[in-house]
Amino acid sequence: MTDPAPPRTPRRVAFSQKLSRWDVKVSPYLFISPFFLLFALTGLFPLLYTAVVSVHEWNLLGGQGDFVGLQNYVDVLGQATFWKSLRNTFSIFLLSSVPQVVAAIVLAALLDQNLRSATFWRMGVLLPYVVAPVAVSMIFGRLFADQYGLVNSLLTGIGLDPIAWHASPLASHVAIATMVNFRWTGYNALIFLAAMQAVPRELYEAAIIDGAGRIRQFFSVTVPQIRATVIFVVITSTIGGLQIFDEPRMFDAQGLGGADRQWMTTVLYLYDVAWGNQKNFGRAAAIAWLLFLLILLIGLVNFALTRRIADDGGRGRSARRRALRRRGVVPVPDGEPRPTRPSAVASAALPPARTAGASDTDPDAGPATSDPERSAS
Amino acid sequence: MSSLPVVAQTAGPRAARAAARRRGSGGVNRRPRWVTYVILAVVIVISIFPLYYTAVLGSSDQQAISRDPFPQLFPDLSLFDRFAEIMGSTAINFWNGAVNSAVIAVVVSLSTVLFSTLAGFSFAKLRFRGRGPLLVFVIATMAVPTQLGVIPMYILATRLGWVGSIEAVIVPALVTAFGVFWMTQYLGEALPYELVEAARVDGASVLRTFWSVALPAARPAAAMLALFTFVAQWTNFFWPSIVLNQSNPTLPIVVRSLQATYFVDYSLLMAGVLLVTLPLIVVFLFTGKQLVAGIMQGAVKG
Repeated sequence: MTDPAPPRTPRRVAFSQKLSRWDVKVSPYLFISPFFLLFALTGLFPLLYTAVVSVHEWNLLGGQGDFVGLQNYVDVLGQATFWKSLRNTFSIFLLSSVPQVVAAIVLAALLDQNLRSATFWRMGVLLPYVVAPVAVSMIFGRLFADQYGLVNSLLTGIGLDPIAWHASPLASHVAIATMVNFRWTGYNALIFLAAMQAVPRELYEAAIIDGAGRIRQFFSVTVPQIRATVIFVVITSTIGGLQIFDEPRMFDAQGLGGADRQWMTTVLYLYDVAWGNQKNFGRAAAIAWLLFLLILLIGLVNFALTRRIADDGGRGRSARRRALRRRGVVPVPDGEPRPTRPSAVASAALPPARTAGASDTDPDAGPATSDPERSAS
Repeated sequence: MSSLPVVAQTAGPRAARAAARRRGSGGVNRRPRWVTYVILAVVIVISIFPLYYTAVLGSSDQQAISRDPFPQLFPDLSLFDRFAEIMGSTAINFWNGAVNSAVIAVVVSLSTVLFSTLAGFSFAKLRFRGRGPLLVFVIATMAVPTQLGVIPMYILATRLGWVGSIEAVIVPALVTAFGVFWMTQYLGEALPYELVEAARVDGASVLRTFWSVALPAARPAAAMLALFTFVAQWTNFFWPSIVLNQSNPTLPIVVRSLQATYFVDYSLLMAGVLLVTLPLIVVFLFTGKQLVAGIMQGAVKG
């Protein structure tokens, strides 16, 4: 683009300087524009236009019809299936998120030891992540089959009654939550593991000197130190969990949430209204907006909670650190050894936790990647 | 206390091992006991078992499955006969799905890496008005449930005549907020300002600086981003299942039509599920290490 030869006349200097100034000014915007254009077109516009569709009569085949005001919302809110789908979504979400976060933290604590062949164990727990949700759902649909299913034959084998995994609402929620947990527990465990490795080892040494055992160290050092990461994982799994579709869709051959809609989730309901029997885009758009508002509401509650917890965490942590410093266990910030493991970057790459915990200025969380390839040739 | 390598040199490897054992007990860096390994081994068995069970069912015949949920202990070669049957079936359209999935995953990964690195370079290393607020905006969009915009997306795809063709899946995925954020983070740390300035002083344009300085520096993070994008696209189901159909599917849609076609023949069904899953398992065997490192450096759910 630039002319390597030295410019010959003053006029050319002026021109190339002008060009170069223009280049410096405009290029940054050009470089970020693809994202913003695409987001405007496939993120922002569809969400806003969903509101337009939701106040019209609008069908898959017939297209746009009359303006009907809030009638679609009234219709949706008056349908029992909508409320049932909300119940199912929350039930599946709770059954998948709570045990999953607990299991992932425990798994991370197990991995956060000086293991032999650490990479092998880490890869092992991550394996389910590469199995597509549709495949997971088909496989677990077989494991949890009402008849000839492996889980039920194990249950009867030890003298228990078989469980109607598809017919019973709660049992079907457990089965679907199990699929979600299967795929994501190992993934989240690795996120927690990264956070745990960023915990200064001095804290553990201090705890050991104070006579804390393994369990006590876990609850008094590890868990408080990774709080920001826990919040981050909870927030991301909330946004994803309330939009669950693949697993319930594939749980049986009909894909409509069971005979009694006992495991139909809200997004599955949206899909059914728009592309299933009703082919009613207006109503489906109303469902989308209601769910959007719900996610927004939960997000705000999450945010408010997060702020408080993160602030507390920051205070508690710095108080602990001050105490440790007095004892001379932790060196002063200037001379603080930076973590050498690249995983320490993890806590720096967690956006919600960072914006929420503005007071959280732990010097150890600083990025310290040292990559051989970073100095470009 | 002399360091372990010194002990090893002066007193031999056995003495070094003994010293390591003595020093390790009770310390932070001691080796865990066998209980840890047993628990982890159980977790790994749980991770692998569903796939193993799928292979077992795919090797058994239908009557055996309906008599006994675990008809045989090991998978056998008959699995490949069922693979062949699925690949050859006209109702399933397997090859079409495989090609579509591969094309979508490769194109989207490449474009996500390119556009994310461009934007990341701009946010991390260039000065321009509005940089801070714009970056905050990018991060905020990660929390927007864009999946809920499917109805206008479908209307748009209809207008453009894209329903049933893979552009409808590729174009909305060309760049992600996560990718931009990820590359901004990485380049902010890994690319020294001095290099960017040196390129400018040498007379390189901004684009040239990106190409010759930022892009090479971004390689490790770009590889990870490409991997995660690849996995996310390969396993993506919701939007493709709406805008594509069984005559021009992706592999997850192939799974859906397997379910519709063979819903009583579990043996073929499970063989098909395994067949669709295997490519990504192979990718995982070669790149699992990078995926682990990527997650631990702050990747989030895609």
